Amino acid sequence: MPIDPSLRSATISVLVENEPGILARVVGLFAGRGYNIDSLTVAPVEDGRNRSRINIVTSGTDMIIQQIKAQLDRLVPVHRVADLSTEGPHIAREMALIKVIGSGEQRIEALRLAEAFRARVVDATTGSFIFEMTGATEKLDAFLDLMRPLGLAEVSRTGVAAIARGVRII
Amino acid sequence: MSQTQTAPATAAQPEMQAELQSGSEVLLRALKEQGVEVIFGYPGGAVLPIYDAIFQQNAIRHILVRHEQAAVHAAEGYARSTGRVGCVLVTSGPGATNAVTGLVDALMDSIPLVCLTGQVATHLIGNDAFQEADTTGITRPATKHNYLVKRSEDLARVVHEAFYVARSGRPGPVVIDLPKDILINKAPYASAPVAPHRSYRPQTAPDMGQIGKAVAALKSAKRPIIYTGGGVINSGQGASDALIKFVRKTGFPITSTLMGLGAYPSNDTQFLGMLGMHGTYEANLAMHGCDVMLNIGARFDDRVTGRLNAFSPGSRKIHIDIDRSSINKNVAVEIPVVGDAGLSIEALLEAWDNEPRQVDTAALSTWWSQIEAWRGIDCLKYTQIQTKGGIIKPQYAVQRLYDITRESGRETFISTEVGQHQMWAAQYFRFDQPKRWMTSGGLGTMGYGLPAAMGVQVAHPAALCIDIAGEASILMNIQEMSTLAQYRLPVKVFILNNQYMGMVRQWQELLHGSRYSESYTEALPDFVKLAESFHGVGLRATSVDQLDDVIREMIASDRPVIADICVDQKENCFPMIPSGAAHNDMILGAEHAARAPGVTDAGMALV
Ligand SMILES: Cc1ncc(C[n+]2csc(CCOP(=O)(O)OP(=O)(O)O)c2C)c(N)n1
Ligand SMILES: [Mg+2]
Repeated sequence: MPIDPSLRSATISVLVENEPGILARVVGLFAGRGYNIDSLTVAPVEDGRNRSRINIVTSGTDMIIQQIKAQLDRLVPVHRVADLSTEGPHIAREMALIKVIGSGEQRIEALRLAEAFRARVVDATTGSFIFEMTGATEKLDAFLDLMRPLGLAEVSRTGVAAIARGVRII
Repeated sequence: MSQTQTAPATAAQPEMQAELQSGSEVLLRALKEQGVEVIFGYPGGAVLPIYDAIFQQNAIRHILVRHEQAAVHAAEGYARSTGRVGCVLVTSGPGATNAVTGLVDALMDSIPLVCLTGQVATHLIGNDAFQEADTTGITRPATKHNYLVKRSEDLARVVHEAFYVARSGRPGPVVIDLPKDILINKAPYASAPVAPHRSYRPQTAPDMGQIGKAVAALKSAKRPIIYTGGGVINSGQGASDALIKFVRKTGFPITSTLMGLGAYPSNDTQFLGMLGMHGTYEANLAMHGCDVMLNIGARFDDRVTGRLNAFSPGSRKIHIDIDRSSINKNVAVEIPVVGDAGLSIEALLEAWDNEPRQVDTAALSTWWSQIEAWRGIDCLKYTQIQTKGGIIKPQYAVQRLYDITRESGRETFISTEVGQHQMWAAQYFRFDQPKRWMTSGGLGTMGYGLPAAMGVQVAHPAALCIDIAGEASILMNIQEMSTLAQYRLPVKVFILNNQYMGMVRQWQELLHGSRYSESYTEALPDFVKLAESFHGVGLRATSVDQLDDVIREMIASDRPVIADICVDQKENCFPMIPSGAAHNDMILGAEHAARAPGVTDAGMALV
């Protein structure tokens, strides 16, 4: 894919009323208007007010990302929309469970790299490891690239959870 | 559960007694509290409890349509001509799916509606039960918002909220899906809340800083233009009144979208006519050549902008819209203002007087003389042969309809179907007031006009309600003639009958080598007999000498009328900016010296 310099990635957090169909509304908006979803996470936030937080990593020109924010904001059950990538520093993390199948030298190399990347071994058999790893998306990507020749068999990733640094809240 | 509760037997507690009402009764009570006087609907198994409740009361009138799509368009006509929320009731499954076109139509044109759909009982949902459809799934992208009521205790709250959502901010259609058990089971009543909505609180008051910037930009303009849309109509009479004041105060030229016609009086000299694909020469060239553009309540639709990268290239743009997502969507603007059109125009008026800077009147008068030169082209000119037997030009038919209805002094509402006739209606019928013009702008729905006129007539029983129609479009909801007869609604259908899907034929002529593929209708009905069979009056004019008499007879009748006006089959609608062309690439009609048509290959791919 040619890299368009006017495209940027955005991490958007949306605070929504936790009601049936809300995820379909958000995802339908992206599908219907042709916006990208690179990653999506959703879970209730336990503030006693029946709300959920949706984190979406998307990409587009600045005009499109503004448009995505405005479109999300006018959904009736949406409380607040924040583009964390432009509203000051933020932290974004995801978790992955990574199954590597192999033996001999490859197996030892996989374990050595996992230690270097601070991935935890959460399951092991004589022929396999499952690593648990948390970090920025790029760190996970880098680790997976290294595992590929070492018997990477299956990955389960959570998608990005993100939050603003410091005292700022959305 | 609430059914098992019993109310204390004291007369002093009407609220508690209300808890004993069925869901259907609670529903009607909430509708009444919301001011609903009329429901357009069609019964079926899932909504029989509501129909039973309707039968047992008199406060709300029900109009039985002949197709659910027509119920929605009728509610649209009712809503747009009154400024109130229109109300629709349909059954589950096919009732709901038939309503979808109307819902999308209302969504695109920002018409406030609440559509009640029946649903199978909650325990059957998801089982492919008889007449089950995933109505909330289907209508999610077809509505502003939708609800599925799963608990009786939510029913009254949801109804009130639906009306609030439909009319607030940028208005739109809202669906409430009502499972049959919810309608039958007892439900508690709750009045409309006074507290603000949890999450949906659209901004209506404009930011005064932005208004100040807008006024500064406008006062510095040498070639200004004001461009208004349906948002001004939706905002109410006050917005139109303020707009007139503002336009007069500034002395600036004003143009309007299709949806905005009537917000500013069309006969006023400052009005340049409609802009866009079939807009006037002067409006489009003024948009192209302006240096400051003020958009109030319009959305830079592709029918208005033409080719985006050639749209008004040299201008500073100000955009006032109640919907933030309409701003900077298609066209980047320098000064965005989020707010209600009426409140924003009033803020502009105030800021105008407070801004010491004076308008460059010399530049403005040069601009006006340029505009007058464009006007001098007389882009809507056409030639009507007046000799006996002369073939009727469709433009002339609309012109005479306008003249004669105006002479009659009657309050007149015009709806249209979709096609050439719609554009001729927009060009040649002149509107002096808002809410008199109902047309399907965003979706372009053939079959809209007759039911919409019906809804208008229900709201304005004494007014003259005319659907300017094409012979192809009218067949899409012709069954509503039966509704007109049942309720004695004297709607007039004025068909510009060219035997073609004229707008399709025009595009085929201009873009597809005059290969008229499937755009001629071989076997049209006899519209006169058709009107008679539906208990109405059928009239026909085949030559120019018959036209006035037919129009006079039509408007004098106190019954539904179809006037079949046989017009020139070859006539095309001009001016035209072909898809993909710029505003200054307009094609004018045969009356004008041939100009290079602006058709491009890329433009052909556009609709
Ligand atoms: C439901 C629907 N189907 C198809 C179209 C595409 N379409 C636009 S105009 C038109 C022809 C309309 O013909 P008629 O009603 O006779 O109007 P005329 O253009 O001849 O005035 C068609 C088919 C549409 N707008 N709506
Ligand atoms: Mg026709």
